[in-house]
Amino acid sequence: MQDDVLLAVNNLTVRFDVSAPALKRLITRSPRRFVHAVEDVSFTVPRRSVFALVGESGCGKSTLARAVVGVERPTSGHVSLAGRRVSGFTTRAAERTWRSDVQMIFQDPQSSLNPRWRVGRSVAEPLRTHRMVAGRAEAVERVGALLEAVGLSSEDARRFPHQFSGGQRQRIAIARALSTRPALVVCDEPTSALDVSVQAQILNLMRRLQREFGLTYLLITHNFAVVAHMADHVGVMYLGRLVEQGPADVLLADPKHPYTRLLLDTVPDPARRGRAREPMKGEAPSPINPPVGCAFQQRCPLATARCAHERPVLRSAGRTAVACHAFEERRLPPWRTSIQPDLQSAEGSR
Amino acid sequence: MSPALSVNGLTVTLGRHQAAPKVIDDLSFDVGPGEILGMVGESGAGKSLTGQAILGLLDPPLHMAGGRIEVAGERIDGLSETAMRSWRGRRIGAVFQDPMTSLNPLLTIGRQLTETIRTHLPMNAASARERAIRLLSEVGVPAPEERMGAYPHMLSGGMRQRVVLALAFACDPMLVIADEPTTALDVSIQAQIVGLLRRMCRERGASVMLITHDMGVIAECADRVAVLYGGRLAEIGPADTLLREPAHPYTQGLMASIPDMRRRVDMLPQIPGSMPRVGGAPSGCAFHPRCSRATARCRAERPDLVGHGSCLAACWMPGDPSGFRPEATHAG
Ligand SMILES: Nc1ncnc2c1ncn2[C@@H]1O[C@H](COP(=O)(O)OP(=O)(O)OP(=O)(O)O)[C@@H](O)[C@H]1O
Ligand SMILES: Nc1ncnc2c1ncn2[C@@H]1O[C@H](COP(=O)(O)OP(=O)(O)OP(=O)(O)O)[C@@H](O)[C@H]1O
Ligand code: SF4
Ligand SMILES: [Mg+2]
Ligand SMILES: [Mg+2]
Repeated sequence: MQDDVLLAVNNLTVRFDVSAPALKRLITRSPRRFVHAVEDVSFTVPRRSVFALVGESGCGKSTLARAVVGVERPTSGHVSLAGRRVSGFTTRAAERTWRSDVQMIFQDPQSSLNPRWRVGRSVAEPLRTHRMVAGRAEAVERVGALLEAVGLSSEDARRFPHQFSGGQRQRIAIARALSTRPALVVCDEPTSALDVSVQAQILNLMRRLQREFGLTYLLITHNFAVVAHMADHVGVMYLGRLVEQGPADVLLADPKHPYTRLLLDTVPDPARRGRAREPMKGEAPSPINPPVGCAFQQRCPLATARCAHERPVLRSAGRTAVACHAFEERRLPPWRTSIQPDLQSAEGSR
Repeated sequence: MSPALSVNGLTVTLGRHQAAPKVIDDLSFDVGPGEILGMVGESGAGKSLTGQAILGLLDPPLHMAGGRIEVAGERIDGLSETAMRSWRGRRIGAVFQDPMTSLNPLLTIGRQLTETIRTHLPMNAASARERAIRLLSEVGVPAPEERMGAYPHMLSGGMRQRVVLALAFACDPMLVIADEPTTALDVSIQAQIVGLLRRMCRERGASVMLITHDMGVIAECADRVAVLYGGRLAEIGPADTLLREPAHPYTQGLMASIPDMRRRVDMLPQIPGSMPRVGGAPSGCAFHPRCSRATARCRAERPDLVGHGSCLAACWMPGDPSGFRPEATHAG
């Protein structure tokens, strides 16, 4: 089972130094300051599965994604893909193979498409960088096939990005990401900027491509409905740390971390008219000086004195893992049963 | 009692010439007193332009080519910019997606609030300040007295949007136009802001036109819903009915395409294709190229809004979703 792990993230920590210049620090006697963007995060993603990372803005999802695709240097810990460590490549060739194996899709497709380039050129660019096509004719053919795979036509290669709708541009970005035949595609909020009708098209496309090309997705989103629809495994992040993780069906049906529960309570639900969401109190603390103890303590209805000085660590909770003292101390009230995902039909679809 | 807002035959064109393409085409709806009207529709449907037309904020080349806009029975389209400015602060409040559109980065939030209050209400400095502090505490800004001296950049996005709500409600407006007020915010903050908007509306008896593309937000707080498609109303009706039994195939497709937390499906039902661009509307019903129910009549004749149960839908064959299968295609 475990041997088919594609992506392994091991004790990954990414901090950003945001200290004042040294001289100023000396004069004002202020300490160095670090943004603790990602702290000691570990998880594995089996081949051909979907791992969703959820959490509020600023909790470190994109930083983690950037570390996974190798553009952010870990402060400590490491990432490996199919057993190979990311970073510290000994040869350019090794680095190139690895880079072509991981691709990324962003919330804003604009960021991977040059507005002045014809679409075909943008889609072909990774192929050229990775020297994966012999000549122009082959590139044109590959680009045409890729555009058709994402539901566009090969003629679209001659048009410019502004001639497409937001959803179509996201399709183009997906075609570009698939050009190098990656094993892992990191999707950072791929549908957050899209309308629900377009979101459905893109999610269906992602699923179809996953089957067709045997893709593995690391999917970053803050939309639990998207998680429930797409994910096999879920990791919930809060202020740089994973606070709960496990199989999607189990975690969504019986969330154990108070933060996951409150997040699920805030999910707006079109099927439930007039249900006032339970708004979560307050806002997430600053990642610059993360609080001692549990980062969620100020917003948590179950916090005690212990939560204020001792940081809970991830512990096994059946098939999931949870970092919460209330859970460990068995103080956790039962989870509401009314909105449980219908697991039977979930099984049927796998 | 006349409706808080009444829009009649609103038409907005891109340019002033005869053949200028219509961005909003003959749009009519009301917002009742104390009512929250949710306005939904996909990107480019014309939601924001409708709001801007009401606020008198259309910039050229956009041009209000026809129609009538009344607030509490008084006609406000065609008023001078000075008159409109006074309507905007006093009787119509506005909240936009980016709080910084409504805030001045160079002034403290206290100053912005008291200036708004004193411009529109006969109040001295001391009572305006008192009112400002009370507003801030009503919208849930902690330590409001201290925050009066804060500049917008010192606040988080959620706090800024609270301040914008305080500004919008500062002079007890009868109508608030909120354009995607929660889209830029985190889910947990979104819920706080939606709850706040609803409470402010109830407590102060204001009507709200809430523009959003988030059906969840609509379900949570709208009394009625208007669905826009290509600059026209596709459907309008009470939220309860419209969300549960939508009559227009477009609304039906929209509702079906939202992933359901409770029921996992392999492929989501999707509406094929995309909305026509401005000026590129097809003949007949603008939705017909994407509609699985379209007939020859739909391709030739444009449907008007007709009653279907408690909703109005612009469709030749509204309702009957049983005969309508949004295709769960594998076409991607
Ligand atoms: N280059 C950088 N220098 C300093 N701080 C950074 C840098 N990049 C990110 N941060 C900070 O690290 C934290 C995590 O940021 P990140 O972008 O990973 O969050 P996120 O979870 O993706 O949020 P969002 O949902 O808003 O995209 C934030 O506090 C952010 O301000
Ligand atoms: N200044 C402008 N010049 C030209 N076209 C414009 C202008 N402003 C808006 N449009 C067009 O008018 C249409 C309606 O725009 P509007 O901003 O009202 O859409 P919306 O429904 O608010 O969409 P979104 O959900 O993306 O905000 C769009 O097709 C848009 O491209
Ligand atoms: S550890 Fe304490 S504060 Fe943190 S989530 Fe659990 S109960 Fe709440
Ligand atoms: Mg991010
Ligand atoms: Mg808009």
